[in-house]
Amino acid sequence: MYNSGKIIIGLVLFIGLVTTPIWFNIGKADVKPDPSLNTPVIQQMKVKHCIESKQFMIDNHMRLLYDWRYAVVRDNMTIYKSTTGQYFTMSLETTCFHCHSNEKQFCNQCHTYANIQPYCWECHVKPAQESANGH
Amino acid sequence: MKILAAFILVLVLAAIPYAGIQYAGMTTVFGIIIPYAAVIIFIVGVVYRIVKWARSPVPFRITTTCGQEKSLPWIKQNKLDNPSGTAGVVGRMALEILCFRSLFRNTRSELRDGPRLSYGSTVWLWLAAIAFHWSFLVILIRHFRLFSQPVPHFINVLENVDGFLQIGIPTLYITDILLLAAVLYLLLRRIALPQIRYISLIADYFPLFVIFGIGLSGVLMRYFYRVNVIGVKELVMGLIAFKPHVPPDIGTLFYIHLFLIATLFAYFPFSKLMHMGGVFLSPTRNLANNNRMVRHINPWNYPVHVHTYAEYEDEFRDKMKSVGLPVEKE
Repeated sequence: MYNSGKIIIGLVLFIGLVTTPIWFNIGKADVKPDPSLNTPVIQQMKVKHCIESKQFMIDNHMRLLYDWRYAVVRDNMTIYKSTTGQYFTMSLETTCFHCHSNEKQFCNQCHTYANIQPYCWECHVKPAQESANGH
Repeated sequence: MKILAAFILVLVLAAIPYAGIQYAGMTTVFGIIIPYAAVIIFIVGVVYRIVKWARSPVPFRITTTCGQEKSLPWIKQNKLDNPSGTAGVVGRMALEILCFRSLFRNTRSELRDGPRLSYGSTVWLWLAAIAFHWSFLVILIRHFRLFSQPVPHFINVLENVDGFLQIGIPTLYITDILLLAAVLYLLLRRIALPQIRYISLIADYFPLFVIFGIGLSGVLMRYFYRVNVIGVKELVMGLIAFKPHVPPDIGTLFYIHLFLIATLFAYFPFSKLMHMGGVFLSPTRNLANNNRMVRHINPWNYPVHVHTYAEYEDEFRDKMKSVGLPVEKE
């Protein structure tokens, strides 16, 4: 092999780069997300049900919020009719956070794990409980 | 025909994981075994190809000289296009690898009225190539969010810059659009220009279709048919920690994406995609043009077995003398 010094340095760099995910995570705990529904308001609910079905909310909460924002800000529509026929105020702060008052244990669980950075807090105020913790 | 063959090949490749997951539920095969195998083939194959290339001698400095060579002190040398030292070579290689400088020089010849032959600069290929390669790199680095826990900060910065436009939910990434547009341009260029279509092989179309398929499945997954991203990350983190397990209900689209990537990885060492490593080893770029300053010895025929005249005379002196030929040494 010619220029073996340079070639070997290059190959070591290549293998090092390709295997970055392996050595980067050595010794780091892989904490799985565990969204908690344990808030005072949810505890008191007789039927624990979000505004739509659980699976719908898991899949589409971001789109729902996006549509709500558009409806409220652009079209001045503030009432959401769910598929079960119930009416809700389209509001992150007064509707969502009324029950899900635990941002850290609920929202951030998955968002941090998958490194999703919603830009809610550019306009909205964080729920009171979280703000009090200085978060 | 070649286009169609490559296209159908990629369709079949996309159909394999679809059938395997949808009808046979082979999540272990497509989620664990194939990705591991593909990465092993990729690493071993690339190392093998590079070592094989490194074993070929470079008989002579064959640098392409695109500017004034180092000469008399009052003649200005073009240090980047005709480097005579290591610094110049590093600069030249950096421009080549990061900016595709030689592609930028691409010219087009046209026969005008007259008839008159004219040459013009054409940068469309360069533009599409640079958009494609850099977008691909940014997308690759962005994927590190699924490969690390906690995610390093610079990934967030990259995502924020890439999603700067804040269009839609989830935020549209500029590189997603750029990559697909650039691949489509590179593909259409091969199909639309007769001269280029004539020299194109299946090996040219196939990677373009595979990469387009990867990009398309990724875009569909992110913006349209959502998959369980938490499950995806669990799968990936399991794979890189060598504790593989497949979380349920990730979504078939993800397996198509993963299988096409595995295809690309496994195909990589056997294909023209090896220009990733090859660009570093191109002797026309990575050597200094110092033929007149440094003796470059051809590695395959040194030492040369020469038979000098003095030795020749030593060998045949008696015979030369006997027939009356003049000799230099008595």
